[in-house]
Amino acid sequence: MGKSKTVWVLGALAAVLLVVGHYLGLAWAPPDREMGDVQRIMYVHVPLQWMACLLLTLNFGCALAYLFKASWRTDALAEASAEVGLVCATLGLVTGSIWGKPTWGVYWSWDPRLTAEAIMIVTYTGYLALRRFVEDPERRAVWSAVVGIIGFVNLPIVWFSVRWWRSLHQVQSSPRTVDPQMVLPLRVNAFGFLALVCAFVLIRYWIALREREAEVALPDALPSAPHPREVA
Amino acid sequence: MSAPRQGVGLARTTLALLGKDLLIEWRTRARLNALVFFSLATLLLFSFALGPDTRLLERNAGGYLWLAILFASVLALGESFRVEQENACLDGLRLTPADARAIFLSKALGNGLLLVVLGVLLVPVMAALYGVKITLGLLPLGLTLLLGCMGLSAPGTVYASIASNARARDVLLPLLLFPLIIPALLAAAKATNLVLQGDPMNQLSSWLKLLAGFNLIYWSLGFVLFPRVIED
Repeated sequence: MGKSKTVWVLGALAAVLLVVGHYLGLAWAPPDREMGDVQRIMYVHVPLQWMACLLLTLNFGCALAYLFKASWRTDALAEASAEVGLVCATLGLVTGSIWGKPTWGVYWSWDPRLTAEAIMIVTYTGYLALRRFVEDPERRAVWSAVVGIIGFVNLPIVWFSVRWWRSLHQVQSSPRTVDPQMVLPLRVNAFGFLALVCAFVLIRYWIALREREAEVALPDALPSAPHPREVA
Repeated sequence: MSAPRQGVGLARTTLALLGKDLLIEWRTRARLNALVFFSLATLLLFSFALGPDTRLLERNAGGYLWLAILFASVLALGESFRVEQENACLDGLRLTPADARAIFLSKALGNGLLLVVLGVLLVPVMAALYGVKITLGLLPLGLTLLLGCMGLSAPGTVYASIASNARARDVLLPLLLFPLIIPALLAAAKATNLVLQGDPMNQLSSWLKLLAGFNLIYWSLGFVLFPRVIED
């Protein structure tokens, strides 16, 4: 019961924060001077991208931890964080392109940041596909940890190389250029999304642990424990 | 994993394994023949798909060359581990006191060399088909080919060894490799275009440095992570 209680508390917290944050963002904060109401998508788009970065970094941490000390827990957490992180990144990309159409006139431009984001999404789609294509849970855990590490290291390279290649970069908002009335709803929504994402990751993590238990047929099986393996 | 003479042992094992792979390659010559004709067909297809616009083909020649090499590399990498899967050769290699890192080095070197040979054979064809001149000379072009092919082969070898054991291996390898390889592909294509069309702004060295950095990162990552990939 402790587990479901945690999820309920996180969910309720997320609901309250997101309702307040959306009210502040949609009704209380002033419209942007140049973009008007279109800019309000920032209160959803930016927190989603932050969550994506956070979760994919968590995935990287779990992958490293798994290679140092094999444990079904870190493997399950890696799976959960990659899935939820990929959803956040994809929603972030979609909300970004919805914003792009009225602002830039196009849904997609080959801006370095968009390109890097798209590459990140494809990379982690490959990572999740790998998890589906390997039946042996032990091998799946090791291989996906390796792929997770290699994929994560690529991100800064993609980022800098593409920026270096063509610096037509869209002007980014920084805390100095944003009105405090816009910063507040952004912060509230960010914490709301954080609570929501934590709930999602926890639920997915428990599911992944249960799946692992079913696969290895041992309640507290660790990768070092012997288990009947399917014939390759 | 013997401690004292590890360095010497590693180099000698790598060379022995590389010699074995090259000997297999030389005796059958099946892989290189297939790759050459496959990538020649790819180069031809680009000119059909884009129409007989000579200026367009000339301007993008570097990109087409590298796409042809990339497509061929997926076949080459998959094949390099299929040889080891037959008769459980990889298990045999692991049973001998061969360091797993030597297996990585020899496979990645072998794949890289094969791609370099392929590139050398493709360059004159590209020059004839697309009507390009090699403005900066053969040395920068050779360096670009070497760095680009080695950059493809290091992460490609790690992923090919994973994909060769998974279900749907033919889908999995490109799915994992293509997003990862984007920086190397970008840098190699840019550098090749500069070699072909002249380099008035002196940008070539920065693209080659990017390729060298890519190589450094993925060769060291593969060296460290590969033993975990093939452990049983």
